[in-house]
Amino acid sequence: MQSSLPENLIKIENNLKSLTRTRSIYSFLSIAALIAVIYSGLIVAETGNATSIWVGLPKFFDYPVDLFVGSWEYGYRWNLLLLEYLPDLISTINMALFSTAMGTLLAFFLSIFSSRNLIKSKTTVLIFRRIMDICRSFPELVIALVLLYLLGKSALPAVIAIIIHTAGALGKLFSEAIENVDKNPIEGLESCGASWFTRIRFGVVTQALPLFLTYTILRFEINIRASTILGFVGAGGIGEQLYTNIQWKYEADTIAIMFLLVSTIIALDYLSSYWRKSLIGLKS
Amino acid sequence: MNRSEIIKNYSDIVVTKFSSKMWSTFLVLGIIVYLIIAILSLDIFQIHKKWSPERASLFALDTYAHKDHVTMKWSEPDDIIISFEGSRWSQYVGPYQKSDGLPERYPEWTSIGPEGETKISFKNGGFANLYDDKVTIENWPDTKETLVFRLDAQGKPYVENVDNLPKWIRVTENKIEVRPSLYERVQVYSKKVEVHRYNLGWNYFWFDFDSPLEPYGIWNAISLSFSGDRVDPNISNFSLLIQEFLNNDMWHHGQILWALLETIFMALLGTLLAALLGFPLAFFAAYNVTPFKFVRTILRRLFDTLRGIDFLIWSLIFLRAFGPGPFTGIFAIAITDTGTLGKLMSEAIENTEEKQQEGVESTGANKTLQHRFGIIPQILPIFISQTLYYLESNTRGAVIIGAMGAGGIGLQLLGAINTGTSWENVMYMSLLILGVVIFMDTMSAKVRRALIGDETLGAELQLAKMAKK
Repeated sequence: MQSSLPENLIKIENNLKSLTRTRSIYSFLSIAALIAVIYSGLIVAETGNATSIWVGLPKFFDYPVDLFVGSWEYGYRWNLLLLEYLPDLISTINMALFSTAMGTLLAFFLSIFSSRNLIKSKTTVLIFRRIMDICRSFPELVIALVLLYLLGKSALPAVIAIIIHTAGALGKLFSEAIENVDKNPIEGLESCGASWFTRIRFGVVTQALPLFLTYTILRFEINIRASTILGFVGAGGIGEQLYTNIQWKYEADTIAIMFLLVSTIIALDYLSSYWRKSLIGLKS
Repeated sequence: MNRSEIIKNYSDIVVTKFSSKMWSTFLVLGIIVYLIIAILSLDIFQIHKKWSPERASLFALDTYAHKDHVTMKWSEPDDIIISFEGSRWSQYVGPYQKSDGLPERYPEWTSIGPEGETKISFKNGGFANLYDDKVTIENWPDTKETLVFRLDAQGKPYVENVDNLPKWIRVTENKIEVRPSLYERVQVYSKKVEVHRYNLGWNYFWFDFDSPLEPYGIWNAISLSFSGDRVDPNISNFSLLIQEFLNNDMWHHGQILWALLETIFMALLGTLLAALLGFPLAFFAAYNVTPFKFVRTILRRLFDTLRGIDFLIWSLIFLRAFGPGPFTGIFAIAITDTGTLGKLMSEAIENTEEKQQEGVESTGANKTLQHRFGIIPQILPIFISQTLYYLESNTRGAVIIGAMGAGGIGLQLLGAINTGTSWENVMYMSLLILGVVIFMDTMSAKVRRALIGDETLGAELQLAKMAKK
């Protein structure tokens, strides 16, 4: 059979075989690497963990069951708890909304100065990018913890921490959006003598605004989660209530707060994906 | 052509309705009103009351400087203690008798004066002298005269020459505080005298105070580890170096690096598990792969629930089951991101081109092979780029979960902040976290760019673009 084939076909077949072999060696190696990472990670985790995985796994449902049993015993007045914790939820949302607004404003200015198509000076762009990188890389929690220690327990440290992180994270996305805008409108404006501000206002912002809004809405959702977490360490709001109730083992209250949180997050998730889709123009 | 004609002829582009002209103005007004309300409700102006620049600058100083303490009790003026950061475990000079002569580790900025007093020299050229019954400071900036502090008959500290005291000396009933700049400080109490002398930098970072390698310094210690006689006859210099570095009592390198490793593994394993779970589940949630609407709906709602119950709540649940430790973090991340990745991937699968799958089908391949060669090659780059993107953000998440109780560097950091004294350790850990996050960020951006070309746009936008196709 082999001999009856033309010579170049045999060559192709051999090439194909060697390629397949290399490929399977590569996949084998990457799977082996994956398994090695997982295995070593599990060993690290098993040594560092208070409870071994085999002891912990069967206990997984203990806490949820405790919570439900506790709130069942609490009885029919449970739904009133939802009303009781609503003000805390609103204060958390307020924290997130305010810090998203301020963070977006900061991010906008940062992003203008870190876009290569708007700023000629390379050093300026580099400096502003590094500033954003540092703002973005610190987890909010680290900044918030230090500020909470300095300023005492209130919402303000959390707001500042979220503003800093938002400015860095959104600033990067904004500047990428700005760098990807169409050059022609800017050049057109420049040709009729428009100033730098006018060029940005009518050449850049008009093009990038839908993307800006998309990212901002997405960030708002993230910031609600963040301000809940920061409530845990003393920033107030629903996070602090959750923490207290968990410590005091008030199951019904805990469940009520979790319910409020989860429904807010899910509602916002749907809302934001709807807004985003309508902004990019793909209602599906 | 007058105005009304223009409006009539170009009704499709000329906006006349008041509401559509003004909505942006109203939006801006609304935002401004909201911001005012928010500023008032969040009590932003309280920052004046709580913010003390002095305290903050002290903490800031502590992050990059270290200080040596000299303490003298009025009751035992002979037993002067000179220590690093006032710690009992790192005393250069313990309680000693002056008549016994100088101890070995006498810092070079201290000396014994002509009357047997202990002289402490500062970087500003001034001296503080501790006598048996008085403390003097001489040659300090702004004041060239020697100031003498003594105890009065009631045992309260007072300044002997009171006229024209410099501003940086604060005299209260029980304490005299001398602090011309952040770097030197003399406090005279009725029981004791304390002198703080600040220096820039992190001291004892490589080896702690008691380490046998400390006198050598890091570079000499490294060269010693390759050649030279054994410092400790029982152990080779290299192992001694590693051991002394990791067991540093002041910086806890071993503990902190282990915690960092735990955090990294939390993020890595959590994301990997999420990818391994989410990828196959996504196929069952996509309508062009799974024909059963029932299965799809259940999976979709499952993804939403997993994602909607925040990782905070997941970590609380897992914390009860596994106790503090990396497993809590791993599973909290894995569960949340299974939802996220599953949802994103099922959307990506639904938006793949049908033609490739049809092409594979035309060769007579069965369904499995169609999906393998028709769909997976299309979504693999997106899948990998998304996973890397989440790996990066989960590194930050793992620090947070750690501080909630799962351990790792987050918990260490929380502990260091709550002690309120070890700000240099806070700085050290923050820099480590910053380094790891920036490393993850750069690596994942590089790999992503290599996978999907020079597409720098955010991940969200890529999906949107794909969906648009």
